Amino acid sequence: MGEAIVITSGKGGVGKTTTTANVGTALALMNQKVCLIDTDIGLRNLDVVMGLENRIIYDIVDVIQERCQLKQALIQDKRFESLSLLPAAQTSDKSAVTKEGMLDIVQELKQDYDYIVIDCPAGIEQGFQNAIAGADHAIIVTTPEKSSVRDADRIIGLIEQQEIERPRIVINRIRNHMMEEGDMLSIDDILQVLSIDLLGIVIDSDRVIKASNSGEPIAMSTDNKASIAYRNIARRILGETVPLQSLEETKGLFQKVKSFFSKRS
Amino acid sequence: MKESQSEQRVIIKGTKEGLIFYLDDECSFQTLVKAIQTTLTASDQHLHKDEQASVILNLGYRYLHDEQRETLKQIIEHDQQFIIDKYESEVIGKKEAEQWLEKSEVKRITQIVRSGQVVEVTGDLLLVGDVNPGGQVKATGSIYVLGHLNGIAHAGVYGDEKAVIAASYMNPTQLRIAKYISRAPDYEASGVYMECGYLDKSNEKIVIDRLQVLPYILKQERAIERRMTNG
Repeated sequence: MGEAIVITSGKGGVGKTTTTANVGTALALMNQKVCLIDTDIGLRNLDVVMGLENRIIYDIVDVIQERCQLKQALIQDKRFESLSLLPAAQTSDKSAVTKEGMLDIVQELKQDYDYIVIDCPAGIEQGFQNAIAGADHAIIVTTPEKSSVRDADRIIGLIEQQEIERPRIVINRIRNHMMEEGDMLSIDDILQVLSIDLLGIVIDSDRVIKASNSGEPIAMSTDNKASIAYRNIARRILGETVPLQSLEETKGLFQKVKSFFSKRS
Repeated sequence: MKESQSEQRVIIKGTKEGLIFYLDDECSFQTLVKAIQTTLTASDQHLHKDEQASVILNLGYRYLHDEQRETLKQIIEHDQQFIIDKYESEVIGKKEAEQWLEKSEVKRITQIVRSGQVVEVTGDLLLVGDVNPGGQVKATGSIYVLGHLNGIAHAGVYGDEKAVIAASYMNPTQLRIAKYISRAPDYEASGVYMECGYLDKSNEKIVIDRLQVLPYILKQERAIERRMTNG
């Protein structure tokens, strides 16, 4: 019996879809059977970020309206056999998806998969309610901005009313130099307001955008902080204790020498 | 004979705050009404017509419902010689008592009041937890926050101007007491630990001060209250 995790934020554009894609990929990398569900009906993105757009035949609305079997709608990832995606509908009527329909799908998927990762639409309307309907856990994504933290707080309040375990937070798009100068909310500030457990921190990196555009989740690579961050999140989901990543840029040898001399002069 | 009986049912005493009517609490209401009427006509000639006297009705152990109160008021204030200042009674109705209890109780709530959430109570509120920005707590009485107050607190929702707001960490977006509102300054300001907000009646403003001044404020309020009830 698998676990269903919903990834949500309230505010749009903080990186829900990127987080879903990367957490899913990282879990698959650790030999877990993972199914991703995109619930953002009408504005589907997850398939694009995963690079699976060209494989879509059926979508979630087709499953709910019984035009196809659930298994037919699932798309297997091109990199991992153990990773699948249930895409959102792009054209169908939004109201076609109901809480009951979602619950049925999640229950069915739980039989075959270890983790069901649900990508939630922005906002707190029906789409959000649907996305959290079948979830056992919730991961809240926020950025170190006041507006995004405020929305995260609202979402946590709503989730606490559901039968979902205590949500955990991922702080995304951290710009280290701004945080150090106090121009951005610090991690402690955010945790102080939200008072929930921290699941991970992800640095803002150009590579993430590049990876999203090329349909290759950043978690696949091994040579940068963002991908390590996503892998750490996946390890924490699996129950490992992983220390928080240090955010400081590791300086190259040349830079070290340079700073050594500049100090002396 | 009849006359003397009714005299006993209504005893009028003069004090410095006005007249006190001690009304017999054993006879029927009908009898009492008659007794009052007789007494008033009997004492008519002793009083100066042009002076109004305020009256305290001491009802003893008699319970009056609103209609009966109205009847008594009409009879006594009929000649515009007397004005009923207040009713004193040893008994109150169950409903009233429950309302009193609810108003005077401290409701303890353990919760983080998050953005978009509103916690509303009758009586005083003791919140164990934070009020986050965008969250709101309301009470008909005072509000005590054992935690960070970052949102909106509204004490004395139904107009209780004596209500206070106290918090372990005071950094609210707005403080409201009865109909008065004060808001956070426009510049970025960090909060302060252990503070309280109360209404300064002379300036009609909400004042924020150290928590340590709260006993004095509450004592003052209590003193005023005492003066109002006991003179």
